[in-house]
Amino acid sequence: MQLIAEDLIVERGGRLVIDGLSFAVSAGEAMVLAGANGAGKTTLLRTLAGYIRPSAGSVRCEGGDVELTVAEQAHVIGHANAVKSSLTVFENAAFWSEFLGSANETGGHIESALRNFGLDDLAEFPAAYLSAGQRRRLGLARLLLAKRPLWLLDEPTVSLDVASTERLVSAVNEHTRAGGLAIVATHLPLALERARTLELVSLRMAA
Amino acid sequence: MNSFWALVRRDLRLAVREGGAIGTALGFFLIVVSLMPLGLGPDLNLLARIAAGILWIALLLAALLSLNRIFEADYEDGTLDVLATGHLPLELVATAKSLAHWLTTGIPLALLAPVLGILLNLDLASYPILVGTTFVGTPAVSFLGAIGAALTVKARRGGLLLALVVLPLYVPTLIFGISAVSAAAGPAGMGAAFLILAAISLAAVVLGPIAAAAALRIQLQ
Repeated sequence: MQLIAEDLIVERGGRLVIDGLSFAVSAGEAMVLAGANGAGKTTLLRTLAGYIRPSAGSVRCEGGDVELTVAEQAHVIGHANAVKSSLTVFENAAFWSEFLGSANETGGHIESALRNFGLDDLAEFPAAYLSAGQRRRLGLARLLLAKRPLWLLDEPTVSLDVASTERLVSAVNEHTRAGGLAIVATHLPLALERARTLELVSLRMAA
Repeated sequence: MNSFWALVRRDLRLAVREGGAIGTALGFFLIVVSLMPLGLGPDLNLLARIAAGILWIALLLAALLSLNRIFEADYEDGTLDVLATGHLPLELVATAKSLAHWLTTGIPLALLAPVLGILLNLDLASYPILVGTTFVGTPAVSFLGAIGAALTVKARRGGLLLALVVLPLYVPTLIFGISAVSAAAGPAGMGAAFLILAAISLAAVVLGPIAAAAALRIQLQ
């Protein structure tokens, strides 16, 4: 599978943020989006996920399931964690597993996803009492709750401690090793395998 | 359809755990209706004549209070972004959330309406019809309300804007809801008005989520 962006032009609030960007990410590859604040990392990820419609150019997947849109094949981790405070950790995970996943998931995958991000002890705990880092990990656990080939991660390491960041990096590496794609916007030097870096530069005000 | 019911179940569970919205809507309904006799005086014939109108208007205003919750909480915590990447089309996401709103707000309001009818000296024969019209009419309240909720999801303190968007959409529901109750006492019976009310609700169930999903797509940009 391959994710291809062609001649993307994206405007936000009358300002040209991405001007004629083209790239392709193939199965098994990771791409790190780097660049200063405001360089358009989030805008690019949200365009790839299909939330923002580009002014010109296209985003498409080749070799994936032809019936699915790019968004339906992608996990999007944004700035917010999509965690409901009045549900328990397990209920949050179970909802996303049921909503995002296909029906043929095996039983123990929720537990194993929570264990992967060190949340198995907190399963019955109301999410309202989680710390910022724990909420983040619960948000990230979504990546393992449903199998999707494309991971779009927007600053996934925010409020994570060193150990959790390592867990995340190994999850991404396992994902790409299994033939998945990952695009990660980050300011940290993460030890991602088979990764290349796309440096975004801030564009000046569009004329 | 698995994800559709998963979303409905989650919204019901959240409504029960968080509770506040149902309580606010029911409390507001109760207070508005009980203020009416105080303002209009103790003329029981007058109250009985306008009871259906007051109940319907108060019900719409009470429902309006809870509408912003349909999408706002999900927008704020990022849930809406993730819901948009599901296999479920956004139209069905809006349907599921409107359905959950109807189950948690529309039905409790419809159940409270006949109880409040006592305060307004509502004609005894009108009770079954009032219950019928509120049950048949409230789906329109939730599903049309979802359009306004989706349009104002990004607007901070968009409550007044929501009222301006949604209340005009409620006019047909209000007119036929009230006329079904008053017509039932007359010679013609309530048939036509009640059927039109049902038709408005059915149309709202189909068209409301389509409009709401279109609005949400713009809001996600």
